[in-house]
Amino acid sequence: MRFLAFFFDLLEPIFRLGQKWLGLSRLGWLFVAPNLLVISVFTFLPILINIVYATTGGVNLFPFQRPFTGAENFQILFECTNYLDLSTCRKDVFWRAIANTLKFSGLQVGLMVLLSLVTALVLNRKIMGRGFWRGVFFYPVLLSPVVVALIWKWLLQNQGVFNASLVAMNMPPIEWLTDAGWAFFWAVFVSIWAHMGFYTLILLAGLQAIPNDLYEAAEMDRASPWRTLTRITLPLLMPNLIVVLVLAAIRAVQVFDEVFVLTGGGPGSATTFIVQFIYQTGFAEQIHLYGLAAAASLALAAFLVVLTLAQLRLTRASEAGQKGR
Amino acid sequence: MKALDFLLRTRGRQRLHWTDVMSYAYLMVGLFVMFAPVLWLVVSSFKTESAIGQFPPTFLPYSQKTVAVEGHAKPLPLYKATLDDGSQRLMAQASRMGIMATMVDPANPQDTVRINIRQREPVNELKFAWSNYTDLFGKFTFGVYLWNSVFITVVATLLTLLINSMAAFALSKYRFKGQKPVFLLIIATLMIPPTIILVPVFLVINEVGLLNNLWGVILPAIATPTGVFLLRQYMLTIPDELIEAARMDHASEWRIYWRIVLPLSAPALAVLAIFSVMWRWNDFLLPLIVLSQSQHFTLQLALNSFQGELNTQWHYLLAMTVITLLPVTLVFAFLQRYITTGIASAGVK
Repeated sequence: MRFLAFFFDLLEPIFRLGQKWLGLSRLGWLFVAPNLLVISVFTFLPILINIVYATTGGVNLFPFQRPFTGAENFQILFECTNYLDLSTCRKDVFWRAIANTLKFSGLQVGLMVLLSLVTALVLNRKIMGRGFWRGVFFYPVLLSPVVVALIWKWLLQNQGVFNASLVAMNMPPIEWLTDAGWAFFWAVFVSIWAHMGFYTLILLAGLQAIPNDLYEAAEMDRASPWRTLTRITLPLLMPNLIVVLVLAAIRAVQVFDEVFVLTGGGPGSATTFIVQFIYQTGFAEQIHLYGLAAAASLALAAFLVVLTLAQLRLTRASEAGQKGR
Repeated sequence: MKALDFLLRTRGRQRLHWTDVMSYAYLMVGLFVMFAPVLWLVVSSFKTESAIGQFPPTFLPYSQKTVAVEGHAKPLPLYKATLDDGSQRLMAQASRMGIMATMVDPANPQDTVRINIRQREPVNELKFAWSNYTDLFGKFTFGVYLWNSVFITVVATLLTLLINSMAAFALSKYRFKGQKPVFLLIIATLMIPPTIILVPVFLVINEVGLLNNLWGVILPAIATPTGVFLLRQYMLTIPDELIEAARMDHASEWRIYWRIVLPLSAPALAVLAIFSVMWRWNDFLLPLIVLSQSQHFTLQLALNSFQGELNTQWHYLLAMTVITLLPVTLVFAFLQRYITTGIASAGVK
């Protein structure tokens, strides 16, 4: 504590000088400066460089030593002789990654939001130890992706507990992570397992904000549970549901670490998603194609911007609907 | 319609309704699905190498008993042998050729029998392989990974608290030109996921000479928009009169910030500290591209590289995984309430 105080006192003269030069109100700039500096160097500058990368070619890391190629990187990514057959594309891994990502997002977001909703509805009932149960579903959210992947890898390995149960039931063991279909299933399952608690929590907060007298009134009117759900709970929960849906979609599109550790993107490219494609093209493969990786990230960014705008639009629409009610 | 009852009723009745039973059943299934995998991992991490290779696996870490027998350098595995005359004896296996095993009586090494291996059953005992954990520190540079993770987490969290609270202080307690754009600019970075600027961030870190340096993982992450937002909202509730009074007493602005506003923001700082610790301890993608030499690895990177290299060494990998998830679990166990309400109210992460 003493050390901390000493450290803080050390900084005082800087702010006294700053106040002399800038005046009291503009001293605010000095306080936001460290934050702005970090953001500029590690977020805004990279955005600009990303555009430079995407429009230049070669393998040089330094942006100004890279030959300008215009839209060539995008052409390489999007070039196909026959768009109905993705294997004819020049970068067919990119297309497979996109297809995988879309399939993954659709399944994962749909199932996860549904499960989170059910869990939140159950947790919103009068149950004993709600805090404990809330914690149960939330705990995996805090685990790191690597740990999550290793937990499931241990269960799913050939000699693991899943196969032991199959053998105990006189069924042949399954290669859970090296069979394309099963690997995809587990990628979806594990990511739902790891993240649903977060969305459950947001929905639960939304449910608890719904005034109880509405339910009492519904009970007076002898409204059926189904009617109560569709006419009171869901409409009033809509803003939260939209937030959860879009947030989950934005995250699902960027799925990487859990699946990367769980399956490594395989078998083949069955669980290779778009971020892994970026990572591989830019860092993991022998020749680092920064331009191509940057172009792919810009394509991903464009998609995310669309998702975010959709969220803003929908939230506004539902808020307007709330007010009109 | 009745089936929905268990999801929908919010007011409990006197007696346990069947919908309540359904709810608790759902929660029990949830408990199993969420915790059983972690429990299985933790229990498995105490299994010996041979117990880990066993199929089908047992829940508890059983392994075969061994006995020291005179005339044999190594302890021999103990079996329950069924002799040809039908009697059962505890015997150690001295050697094995094909399907025939030579068994000795541990008490009397001269007494040997040859039996079919089907006629013997291993004698197991509950045995916790603590060596899985202790070996980590001796055999591997595990201590280095642990230190790297702790260093990154602690330093990054302190810096996160410092620079984000400074920004939040400016954005809540001063009125300067360009204040709104600055706030929007900071919040806008929420929309830019790190995955998208991976390549240029790598370049910037390389250019400032922080590649393979722990600071290369710390610095890019310390300015978090969620932190600024969270702290600003909290500081807005601190009355301005307090600051005015301090100014009357000729306190410098810096002193006002760190002697008055910072202590008063302690609850919000605590929430941000918890999140920052979680984020940094669990971080994977940024360390993955910045730290490529193994002496700079964090626990997460070490785990990732181990699972490739040491495919057969599950016993070490499991122990290492347990150590990695331990701090997060402890923090969660003690601060569950703050974490869940913090997230529910701010929608953080």
